[in-house]
Amino acid sequence: MEKDKNKSENPLKVNRRHFFSQLSVGIGSLALGSLLIPDLFKGTTENPLSQPLGIPHYAPKAKRIIYLFQAGAPSQLETFDYKPILRKRMGEDLPESIRKGQRLTNMTANQDKFPLMPPKVGFKQHGESQTWISDFFPHIAKIADDITVVRSMHTEAINHDPAITFLQTGSQISGRPSMGSWLSYGLGSENKNLPSFVVLTSRGKGNSQGLYSKLWSSGFLDSKHQGVLLRSGKDPVLYLNDPEGLSRSDKRHLLDHVSSLNKLHHVETGDDEIESRIAQYEMAYRMQMSVPDVMDISKEPQSIIDLYGEGCQVPGTYAANALQARRLAENGVRFIQLYHQGWDQHGNLHNEMAGQAKDVDQASAALVLDLKQRGMLDDTLVVWGGEFGRGNYAQGKFDPENYGRDHHPKAFSIWMAGGGIKPGLNYGQTDEFGYNVVENPVHINDFHATLMHTMGLDHEQLIYKYQGRRFRLTDVAGNVIKDLLA
Amino acid sequence: MKHKITLFVILGLIITLLYAFKTGIFSNLSDDYAGMELPEVVDYNFHIKPVLSDNCYTCHGPDANKRKANLRLDLEESAFEELKESPGQYAFVAGKPNRSKAYYHITADDPNEIMPPSDSKLSLNSYEKRLIKKWIEQGAKFEKHWAFLPPQKKELPKVETSDWGQNEIDGFVLKKLVENSIQPSERTSNETLIRRISLDLTGLPPQIEQVKELLALPGEEIIPKAIDLFLSTPAYGERMTQSWLDLARYADSHGYQDDSYRTMWPWRDWVIHAFNKNLPYDEFLTWQLAGDLLPNANSEQILATGFNRNHPITQEGGVIQEEYRTNYVLDRTNTLGKGILGLTLECARCHDHKYDAISQENYFEFFSFFNQVNEKGLQMDAVQAKNQKFFADPPYITLTANEVDGILDFVNLDKGKKVNVMVMNDSAPRTAFILNRGEYDQPTDSVIPNTPEIIYPFSEELPRNRLGLAKWITDKNNPLTARVYVNRIWGMLFGSGLVETSEDFGVQGSLPTHPELLDWLAVDFMEHDWDIQYLLKKIMFSATYQQKSELRPDLIKSDSENKLLARAPRFRMSGEMIRDYILATSGLLNTEVGGPSVKPYQPPGLWAETNAGENRGVLTNYVQDGGDDLYRRSLYTLWKRTLPPPSMTIFDAPTRDFCEVRRQKTNTPLQALALQNDIQVLEAARVLAQRTLADKADDPDIVKNMFQRILVRSPNEEELMTLNNYYYDAVKLYVDAFEDAKKLVSIGEYEQLEVDPAKTAALMLTAQVIYNLDETITKE
Repeated sequence: MEKDKNKSENPLKVNRRHFFSQLSVGIGSLALGSLLIPDLFKGTTENPLSQPLGIPHYAPKAKRIIYLFQAGAPSQLETFDYKPILRKRMGEDLPESIRKGQRLTNMTANQDKFPLMPPKVGFKQHGESQTWISDFFPHIAKIADDITVVRSMHTEAINHDPAITFLQTGSQISGRPSMGSWLSYGLGSENKNLPSFVVLTSRGKGNSQGLYSKLWSSGFLDSKHQGVLLRSGKDPVLYLNDPEGLSRSDKRHLLDHVSSLNKLHHVETGDDEIESRIAQYEMAYRMQMSVPDVMDISKEPQSIIDLYGEGCQVPGTYAANALQARRLAENGVRFIQLYHQGWDQHGNLHNEMAGQAKDVDQASAALVLDLKQRGMLDDTLVVWGGEFGRGNYAQGKFDPENYGRDHHPKAFSIWMAGGGIKPGLNYGQTDEFGYNVVENPVHINDFHATLMHTMGLDHEQLIYKYQGRRFRLTDVAGNVIKDLLA
Repeated sequence: MKHKITLFVILGLIITLLYAFKTGIFSNLSDDYAGMELPEVVDYNFHIKPVLSDNCYTCHGPDANKRKANLRLDLEESAFEELKESPGQYAFVAGKPNRSKAYYHITADDPNEIMPPSDSKLSLNSYEKRLIKKWIEQGAKFEKHWAFLPPQKKELPKVETSDWGQNEIDGFVLKKLVENSIQPSERTSNETLIRRISLDLTGLPPQIEQVKELLALPGEEIIPKAIDLFLSTPAYGERMTQSWLDLARYADSHGYQDDSYRTMWPWRDWVIHAFNKNLPYDEFLTWQLAGDLLPNANSEQILATGFNRNHPITQEGGVIQEEYRTNYVLDRTNTLGKGILGLTLECARCHDHKYDAISQENYFEFFSFFNQVNEKGLQMDAVQAKNQKFFADPPYITLTANEVDGILDFVNLDKGKKVNVMVMNDSAPRTAFILNRGEYDQPTDSVIPNTPEIIYPFSEELPRNRLGLAKWITDKNNPLTARVYVNRIWGMLFGSGLVETSEDFGVQGSLPTHPELLDWLAVDFMEHDWDIQYLLKKIMFSATYQQKSELRPDLIKSDSENKLLARAPRFRMSGEMIRDYILATSGLLNTEVGGPSVKPYQPPGLWAETNAGENRGVLTNYVQDGGDDLYRRSLYTLWKRTLPPPSMTIFDAPTRDFCEVRRQKTNTPLQALALQNDIQVLEAARVLAQRTLADKADDPDIVKNMFQRILVRSPNEEELMTLNNYYYDAVKLYVDAFEDAKKLVSIGEYEQLEVDPAKTAALMLTAQVIYNLDETITKE
């Protein structure tokens, strides 16, 4: 399951190369004492019996992942981690026995006091699982028994850029392939007319942090594994639309001429790369049909519109993207990554979070219910969460009516549903202040290992060799959290 | 009778089967490696080290912290020492595989004994085991890593059976070909060669008039004249700069979260200038690494040090300044490694390098050279930056119109403007420490500026600062610098270096396909005072470079990846070259050199969809430029790191977040869509069509001429017929669909010429057919 950057991923070419390396070594050894083509010797260190890509290591539970990324980091203390002590001891300084010298961003590092701040929003328990969910999320509350809340996530990064990069690529340092790219690389595509890794973005009104294409980059993997940003509006894939005045049949006519001239040149040059280009042009032509088709929600019945909420008819909203995600999942896209920006509440937290929650609550729950009613939840894993948590003390002036929270890496909450994850579970615990994880910690690497496991991939075996080093999504760490698995 | 024969056959089969079982043939049935023949002489660097490195060094290599059983196999003395955990025994005993414990373990069947251990998921194949056995039998000789041995000009190989060849390069290439019984390809046509040289030296196709003039010269003068012609145009410097920008991680934005604007473009103008005046490579490096430390440094030399400030700088509120300041120093160190020394130094940031003999101490000794800059981790966040138009973090120099009138006259600065450019200084002396796990807040032992002895010792004569470092790098005894650069130039011309991993000359990198040629070129380059144009000419005058690029049927079988160089390469151009090619052949190209970066066509909304909010910096919305700025060369397109120009990234451009020296060459449907529907391409096709028609609307050779103009060759009969049919069909179609024709030709901002819309539409689409051909975007 290991491949070198420099080798083509076209199976035909791999075979040819293999054949070639065998042959050349035979010839090479005839030339006495010469060093010859040393790389060919190196080529043979590949295990010829290793598993081809596109086949999972073991039977997968999930065939695809929909990742509902809440960018900016929603506070665990206002979403899923209920800590009544914060109200009881409101305004008291965070005990040093809890903080333990945790490094802080320079937005709060100079504060002399860290007064405990309770959430303004209420919490209730829901479902048979008795899951604590804040009143910001009435719809998610209704699917409490379908989801598993993990309250013991933790990371090392304290700033957005490294934290989000870590969660998406397994490393704080940019340049590694994104999670979706790894899965595309490991499992291939289920639909020849659509990319295997798709990205959809939306933005709420809350304080927001930027997104960047490196988050869905394929890093050192072949660029065909990079996330394709599907945009709302008339050009969902860049350059998808033909110019005005060129009909579909004219376009076909044009492409046929490009093809026939390319074929002539293929005969002259003998270069199979030309054949491959002809095939890519055909794929592009098919994408011009398949992408608008999958993006077109006009045929969705009223019941579905009602389920996701009216917002789903407005292109570019989170609700529209959630519905889009289901359609992409139906069409065999492996990894569907949503980003909803606006969760960075350093101030005015209550009002901003109320708005952000309103953007995502109904549609997130609707997506789970919709997948369930189609029998797709069993093999689709839905994940909801941000890049880190937020501090339990007030940032800046102490005002229970209008407060903010700074970044906090040591504990945050996410939820997952479907795709081989146990439903209705409450996993992991933080201390009574919601500051440190005290039970069943889940590190980013563990989280990645578990996600890959549900997709039938062994995180220690999905390896890519680059610059002489073997790279994994989980780098050198990570354990599958078996308790989470159904 | 028939029965008897059948019986005999069956009996025979049974006997054969029994024999096969006895001799173990079946147990080897699945072993693809059993039949592979071992080399006559097993070479440590080329045969053994790759196997040991890949399979053993993780636990028995340079990294002291991960070393198991106290055994180190990458150094000769320790590999032959008595085993610390098994007294009286040795990992390797020269000549005696059966007494070599290492061989015992790699061939063990017992899962408790086998090496590498089964949980490592690594294993040696039977060929590798036999290889190691033979190497031990032949004396188990160690050698220093090949790239750390100084390059030497060996005697030129002589091949008596062939007179192919035009200069020294060809002897090395021919020798390998003859050993493999492969013929080189014949020289390609002058037309193809002129196009190839033009693309390689200027990144642009040759103009049709230039080709005509060159072809009119006497045969032997054509190519030398072509090379001189293209080297003498400013486009040469632009082309060379283009590839240096990836290495130097140049961008027009700060990167990270807010990614606001910065003004490093005068540094980019300097690089163009440096290439155009053919600044020797040793000085080119010295100025960039340490121009400010040169005695009586002038403003040009100081400007050059912007190289070390091209890294991303965060503007995110809330970061810990020292953490990010450390990141910047790490980035400079890594760029030096990957881009200039061809070493993956960054692997030694958190621990000793697992494969190369670079310790964590070595890493932070390099680091300490770059650690004296008077910089803060974060000067000002993007919101403040926007209000104050603060586009450079200290230290920087301010260039005014006065200054650029003198020595800096290559900086394309508008009258009355001034610009700040970030540069280096050493005015904040700091002690550097080895950082535990590479973390800024975990300093351990202090280090002084130094370089690894294993590469080449740092002379006591040299100052222990960046200038000393630059001198160490450009010392002719440094085994890496010249090899790495020569290899990069080779890779630029041939699509792949002699060392394929041009960023990694270490143990885990690829081995050179032609080690003696690489060394010869490196030494020759230094002997000629690091003259880059000399090096380019040397390669271009070789028969190897001038071959045909067709994949002959025998080569498809014997060397499909062209490692033996029996033909010229054939590969897709970069995104920048493709865009420039289309602008140039349509006549739209604006050849102005240098200046602030521009914003040509880009699909609307891309920046707005991902930015952090309107108030965070000045690059939150893409405001397209107009007029001539739409047609500048692609290296002047504004580079925003978090969302680089899509027409470049679709063709594998990196984000410029960090140093990259090698781009992939993928072939994707998104590329097909970009070439068909990017306004830049469609407009070029439209303008080309209108100009052609305005010139001679009824010329029967109209299509032929257009083909020639774009592809720099005449179409053959079948090609011409296909295109003519297409054009005349399309004219008919658009005469009937006149409204469609008008819509189609309305594309782009460039002024419309008064010509028949139906004919324009038809000829525009014909141009589009040609622009979308594989050949057009391929260097042949």
